[in-house]
Amino acid sequence: MYSDAAKQTAARLGLKPGRANLEEFADTLLALARADRNVLAVTSDSRGSGKLGPFGQALPQQIVELGIAEQNLVGVAAGLASVGKTVFAVSPACFLTARSLEQIKNDVAYSDNPVNLVGISAGVSYGALGTTHHSLHDFAVLRAINNLTIVVPADNYETREAVRAAAAHGKPAYLRFGKAALYTLPGEVTAPFALGKARVLREGNDVAFLATGETVIHALLAAAHLETTANLQCRVVSLPTLKPLDPTAVLAAARECRAVITAEEHMVNGGLGEAVAGVIAQAGLGTRFKIVGIPDEYTVTGSQADIFRHYGISMEGLAQTAREVLRST
Amino acid sequence: MHTDHQLALKSLRYRRGVLQAIKHAGAGHTGGSLSCVDILNVLYNRVLKISPATFSDPHRDRYVQSKGHSVEALFVVLAERGFFPAAELDTLCQYRSHFVGHPTRKIPGVEQNTGALGHGLPICTGMAIGGKLDAADFRVFTLLGDGELAEGSNWEAAMAAAHYKLDNLTAIVDCNTLQITGRTHEVMSTEPLTEKFAAFGWAVRNVDGHDFAALTSALSAPLEPGKPSAIIACTIKGRGVSFMEDKVKWHHGVPNDDEYVRALAELDAAIAKQEALG
Repeated sequence: MYSDAAKQTAARLGLKPGRANLEEFADTLLALARADRNVLAVTSDSRGSGKLGPFGQALPQQIVELGIAEQNLVGVAAGLASVGKTVFAVSPACFLTARSLEQIKNDVAYSDNPVNLVGISAGVSYGALGTTHHSLHDFAVLRAINNLTIVVPADNYETREAVRAAAAHGKPAYLRFGKAALYTLPGEVTAPFALGKARVLREGNDVAFLATGETVIHALLAAAHLETTANLQCRVVSLPTLKPLDPTAVLAAARECRAVITAEEHMVNGGLGEAVAGVIAQAGLGTRFKIVGIPDEYTVTGSQADIFRHYGISMEGLAQTAREVLRST
Repeated sequence: MHTDHQLALKSLRYRRGVLQAIKHAGAGHTGGSLSCVDILNVLYNRVLKISPATFSDPHRDRYVQSKGHSVEALFVVLAERGFFPAAELDTLCQYRSHFVGHPTRKIPGVEQNTGALGHGLPICTGMAIGGKLDAADFRVFTLLGDGELAEGSNWEAAMAAAHYKLDNLTAIVDCNTLQITGRTHEVMSTEPLTEKFAAFGWAVRNVDGHDFAALTSALSAPLEPGKPSAIIACTIKGRGVSFMEDKVKWHHGVPNDDEYVRALAELDAAIAKQEALG
């Protein structure tokens, strides 16, 4: 996932290697479920990919298996939530947010059944398995559904806090996890996680990187790289809650920085970038602006790392984009 | 318990209410509402442990109307059961009314928002699994249309309900044999329903969906321990108004003034005749 230079930058920043958000999710959920027998995991032949094997062994009465049937997965999850269960419906994001979209819209969001939809191996986590297994549409379709909080954790800390917050939230939510091992980001103390709040991980007023999910680390590395190579002070904001978006952090970045660059593991249509653009434009600001994501095409074949690098979601790629945006004055 | 005579009177008045609501709103699903009135009558007056006072009780029975387009029948029955004043139905489909043209939880007594087909059975399967996990004694009921059974999600849920041995779950099929395009068997054959549900592992009973005694017998208790119950209720679309019966044009036809007067006259005559029997 990381070039040697990126690894060196991470080491210089003192970032510690973490594990996959999916693993952190599974352990956090197991701890919650041990403490409360109403906490359920609902799966569609997805306990292995969801890292829920240990959960199933420890608490077999609290895992509901529905087989390869995602529409039913979400409908059943809604029914379980309606009778008082704290439900985490776990399925690959590509299937969960496309095949069962009507169940998400009606049974979860519209009927206000507090299901936590957990999209696993999201974005391009499945890499070379290809388009059928990519979820590059989920932000766009879910943002257009009322009464659904969208949470996209960037590291193990955000994941742990997001799962706990979702369990206590009592409202419909979508949580999106990848399966790559991630560095642990700074900011646990200075920018604690809260639903609906952006987290400023690094200060600076030249370029602001507004990023979500597994792209945040690359933005942080790019900011550090730009400081040493170009003497630029770049802000890095993690937006673990895509909806509702934190407008304060977005507007502060647009007002205080020379340019705003968004980064996301999603198609550029309808995702974080367009959400941020909407906030900035409607405030009457004309800040220089660039959306980095997957363009409107079927992705190049390769691993998640290959695909990220190909589309400029890397330390080097984001630093290059920053230089170009600043040059375009 | 209400006598069959009392239920017969209620059904006639429900049908009158359905037509009034649809005429007033200028829209509605007339035929399917009229076909399921007797089923709802038996459910709400003889079977379901549900009342306005206990609707927030976690031990209440659950009823989810999967064929949500027949909402007028549901609203009329809920009003008569005291969930809200019947006069509120005058706002059905009007600007800013809570009475949407499909079931909505904004209306007291409505368990789940429905209207897109193929959603009720999965939701009810989840409710029933939840009941089993808690060893709760509530039962879960859903009403499906025969045309609705072309939605694949029903069969995903049918598989899961049998897998989890959900004898606390009952699915009633309002089998009126018509859907918006025409005869269900011509649009998409869903038959043989009895054999399909049985093959999926359900206990199945076929009943006359306008026979109070048969419906009561089929719905009062699970058909078989360890299996979900499927009640295939043979009904007549548009039931109770002679010129609406078994006619596809009344799927969502709204009576004109003349038709409305004639329909109410038929029902009023039937009510007078039924009252005379009491």
